[in-house]
Amino acid sequence: MAKMATREAYGKALAELVCENPKVVVLDADLSKSTKTADAKAVCPERHFNVGIAEGNMMGIAAGLATCGNIVYASSFAMFAAGRAYEQVRNSIGYTHLNVKICATHAGITLGEDGASHQSIEDIALMRSIPGMTVLQPSDDIETKQMIKAISEMNGPCYVRLGRSAVETVNAEDYKYELGKGVVLREGKDITLIATGMMVQEAMKAAALLAEQGIEVSVINIHTIKPLDEALILKYAQRSKLVVTCEEHSKFGGLGSAVAETLSKNHPTKMAMVAINDTFGESGTPAALIEKYGLTAKDVFNTVMNSIQP
Amino acid sequence: MLSNQELAKIAKRIRRNIIKMVTNAKSGHIGGAFSATEIAVSLYFNEMNITAENVKDKARDKFVLSKGHASALLFAVLSEKGFLPEEELLTFRKINSNLQGHPNMNYVTGVDMSTGSLGQGLSTAVGMALSYKLHQQDFRVYSIVGDGESEEGQIWEAAMAAAHYKLDNLCAILDMNGLQIDGDVTEVMNPFPLDKKFEAFGWHVLHVDGHDYDQLHHAYAQARTLKGKPTMIIAKTVKGKGVSFMENDYMWHGVAPSAEQAEAALKELED
Repeated sequence: MAKMATREAYGKALAELVCENPKVVVLDADLSKSTKTADAKAVCPERHFNVGIAEGNMMGIAAGLATCGNIVYASSFAMFAAGRAYEQVRNSIGYTHLNVKICATHAGITLGEDGASHQSIEDIALMRSIPGMTVLQPSDDIETKQMIKAISEMNGPCYVRLGRSAVETVNAEDYKYELGKGVVLREGKDITLIATGMMVQEAMKAAALLAEQGIEVSVINIHTIKPLDEALILKYAQRSKLVVTCEEHSKFGGLGSAVAETLSKNHPTKMAMVAINDTFGESGTPAALIEKYGLTAKDVFNTVMNSIQP
Repeated sequence: MLSNQELAKIAKRIRRNIIKMVTNAKSGHIGGAFSATEIAVSLYFNEMNITAENVKDKARDKFVLSKGHASALLFAVLSEKGFLPEEELLTFRKINSNLQGHPNMNYVTGVDMSTGSLGQGLSTAVGMALSYKLHQQDFRVYSIVGDGESEEGQIWEAAMAAAHYKLDNLCAILDMNGLQIDGDVTEVMNPFPLDKKFEAFGWHVLHVDGHDYDQLHHAYAQARTLKGKPTMIIAKTVKGKGVSFMENDYMWHGVAPSAEQAEAALKELED
């Protein structure tokens, strides 16, 4: 199975987009080789600005550029884009509802060896709480490429959560991305797994393991965390005895919270969350980290099994 | 170009409106609005090309009130320009009003950037000036920054970037009134010498009396001719300028006058 990091796919998509659309301006804060905006710089250096290690200022510059009609893609690691620059994003981009696409890479613990100081496990919660902010997280390269282009046609701010490590391609070649619509990757009558980002591949593997036990699960890829595809989630919750959310994010305020908010209001359903506990990460390989912090297919499998025990 | 006498009349009307707005709202920032009044008036009525015809354009001369606390000044100026009905000024800071405590660009025609959280406005002005350079558009960007505001680190990030990108289409005016909400800026957290700091960051620095139209206009004209660098006009100002009992008193940073004080202030501001 093909594997590519979503940040790699972002770099390729942005390099194409910047050539196609003269309104696109790219900003980076001294991480262009890591965030992959360097790809856009290579083909269109005049519309790529490296603002240096100053993320708050980058968000302000992005806002100013957007007021003049530019479509701005601003990148850094998720920790600095959503964390350090939170208030600049909130006031200069969110409150103004300007056309800035914050494409944040190295989200979650699969950032790996740099450790907890760089592992953003709170960014979905932070960005989701900003009024009018669209929050996206692609599951693979195919989805990323289409998403990056789709958001150039959407007016207003959005936050795109991208990963450092390679993930499996889970979508078909003829996949058609639609902003705001969840994607059913597998149909099963008993249980629904709702996953986002790199956890989609883990959920798919868990579904196969569960099928071996005679448990049929649906798997929904939620690439648009906000606004959430409530209709699809409700439809599947209504026919499931259990909903399990899967995300590489804190248990507080992420996809699990978003799904719980809608289900508790519309159709209370038994839920379990596969997510990071109330703890910081640490240095290690991405593989070792997802194992230690409970984000593997096996963890999804065990969560389902433990939740359906009588 | 309006004469100094005409500008002075406009400034008096604006100051009277600010007194009325803040008194009516029972909150707001008079001191820092009055210190920057001549700066804003000189920009909007003589320096910048902003008219009823182009005010809705995405690209034109732009203004960012980085010290967004002086929102009453911006709203009063926009009203004087004819972009905002004068009667709407009395809704300032009230529920359901477009005139928020700090300016919102989506609610009021002519507000070029939402500001209020100190330090962020100058970065957005850098973004605008960068856009005009990128697209080879011959517009200029102006921003009023506070001396207290310069305690924010983001001001220096923006200053660094403006010089790095050689934004000679950016002209910032530092409203140096010497006071912030907790007292004298030199006592709270001394940001001086601001001229040497901006010079060291790569800016042209000019000094003016921020209440003298001739000096302000001369500085703007000079800034237009200075190439390769942004310009910072350090404007020595008086907080609360124009009302004797408000001048140079930090207690007038963010409190509303009583009815009697407002009456006395309006009397001093009569033509």
